[in-house]
Amino acid sequence: MKKIEAVIRHFKLEEVKDALTSMGIQGMTVSEVRGFGRQKGHKEQYRGAEYTVDFLPKAKMEVVVSDDQAGEVIETILRSARTGQIGDGKIFVTSLDEMIRIRTGETGQEAL
Amino acid sequence: MFAQESNGNVDAESTQAKSEITAEPETSSESESPKQRADGFDGADTAWMLICSALVLMMTAPGLALFYGGLVRKKNILGVMMQCIFLMGTMSIVWALWGYSLAFGGHLLGGFVGDGTYLLMNNVLPYYDSVAGEAVYPMTGSIPTMVNMVFQMMFFIITPCLICGAFAERMKFSAMVVFSILWGTFVYCPIAHWVWGGGYFSAGEPMHAFDFAGGTVVHISSGVSALLCAVIIGKRLGFNQEPMPPHNLTYTCIGATMLWIGWFGFNAGSAVEANVLAANAFVATHMAAAAGVIAWAGAEWYFRGKPSILGACSGAVAGLVCITPASGTVTPLAAIALGLIAGLACFWACTSLKTKFGYDDSLDAFGVHGVGGTVGAILTGVFATRAVTGDNHPIGLLEGNAGQMGPQLISIVAAAGIALIGTFILLKVIDATIGLRVTQQDEMQGLDLSQHGEEGYIFL
Repeated sequence: MKKIEAVIRHFKLEEVKDALTSMGIQGMTVSEVRGFGRQKGHKEQYRGAEYTVDFLPKAKMEVVVSDDQAGEVIETILRSARTGQIGDGKIFVTSLDEMIRIRTGETGQEAL
Repeated sequence: MFAQESNGNVDAESTQAKSEITAEPETSSESESPKQRADGFDGADTAWMLICSALVLMMTAPGLALFYGGLVRKKNILGVMMQCIFLMGTMSIVWALWGYSLAFGGHLLGGFVGDGTYLLMNNVLPYYDSVAGEAVYPMTGSIPTMVNMVFQMMFFIITPCLICGAFAERMKFSAMVVFSILWGTFVYCPIAHWVWGGGYFSAGEPMHAFDFAGGTVVHISSGVSALLCAVIIGKRLGFNQEPMPPHNLTYTCIGATMLWIGWFGFNAGSAVEANVLAANAFVATHMAAAAGVIAWAGAEWYFRGKPSILGACSGAVAGLVCITPASGTVTPLAAIALGLIAGLACFWACTSLKTKFGYDDSLDAFGVHGVGGTVGAILTGVFATRAVTGDNHPIGLLEGNAGQMGPQLISIVAAAGIALIGTFILLKVIDATIGLRVTQQDEMQGLDLSQHGEEGYIFL
């Protein structure tokens, strides 16, 4: 199993979700996060006082899939979250040791 | 009360028309209504002044409370709002019990301050005259004195609230309350007496300075005091080291526009009648605010690349402050000039002057009110015109009367002087007794929790 975490732009969230659900992904977790990559932050001015905002708001999406689905999921996220501009985000893929559905106690692939 | 030499014809007609209205019998003919017994009562004027009183109160909260509240960090929003709402209560009581008397009573101490004429609302409230066998309703001009008292009360409320912008996020609540009561009594009331209460700068006096709605009384006094407060209390912890951006400019924008609307009552109500002077003040007020928006936001656009909402809001307030003393003596066209000049002057004060001297006037109470009020008081002497006041001789510099600049400047210096001296003494006394500033730990935690045990934002 793989856990795929994608840090993406907020306004791309719906598009990515729709693309993933249409390919059969049944669940995901989404959270509000802040951070920066090469895009860095921006400057704000309030009555002449200048502030550098380093951490920009992004959406983080977490999906757990079977090993053979991972490639397709990554491709789908890449396609639907991309604008081509700096700041599109990143995808992190990790191997997952175990997964358990709380309601039934099912584990591994059964719990997906 | 402030400048009512003009509009004789209009008033004569309206008075006649109104007297017919007031002569209409009440449903019961058994006794006369109070308004028929009160000499000179005018229903339109009274209705107008009641509305204006409410408008001016709205300036403090929600207007100023939101304007300032949005500018502080989110851990201090309740602290700011509490200052506004609590002073609404406190200053109202102070004004009713002794403030109105000290400002508008007869001369005491050689005209330095008002006497006890209206102490405890004496000669303000209706009373029953047992000799004449009827109730007596004290009048000020064409409105009941209690309406005048309550209208002026709203000014007394908002002025110390303006000062709160300078020491926001670090002053002890208890110290703020004591300071406001004493400041209102010993600084505001004398200045109000000088300008409006028949004192040194009032109409008819040799040093008559034009201050229609309180440029000197409200804005210079509060702005200069605010600067001193910021200096004496000191900078906020982390000032210039950690970011302190406004936490909610949406509130600030809502508050600023409420101030703008309330200012119609502030300025146009200062005619104390529903007359042409009130109309002039209303239009001039609006034009100055409009010009202020353009000037400040335009300056930002030019010098910093982007026009900001905060700049537009600040510009509106700067324009409003500047037109306050002038609204009863200048035309709406001149008001545009005043607004533009004030917008630029206050923009410079808040972005350059403050940085240069390094004081922490948290919300720019001095930069907007002190500077805007001073610019307004000076420009009032420049742009004042008999076309508005109805005088039969030139009154402003542009009309050829340079002599008016003297009283304008002297009144500025006098108001700033007593504000500085009074504020200095009060702050030192309070600092030595109950202390001015919260502890470092309380300041880091935020005033909402440390002073009031509440949080402004509780999600979940």
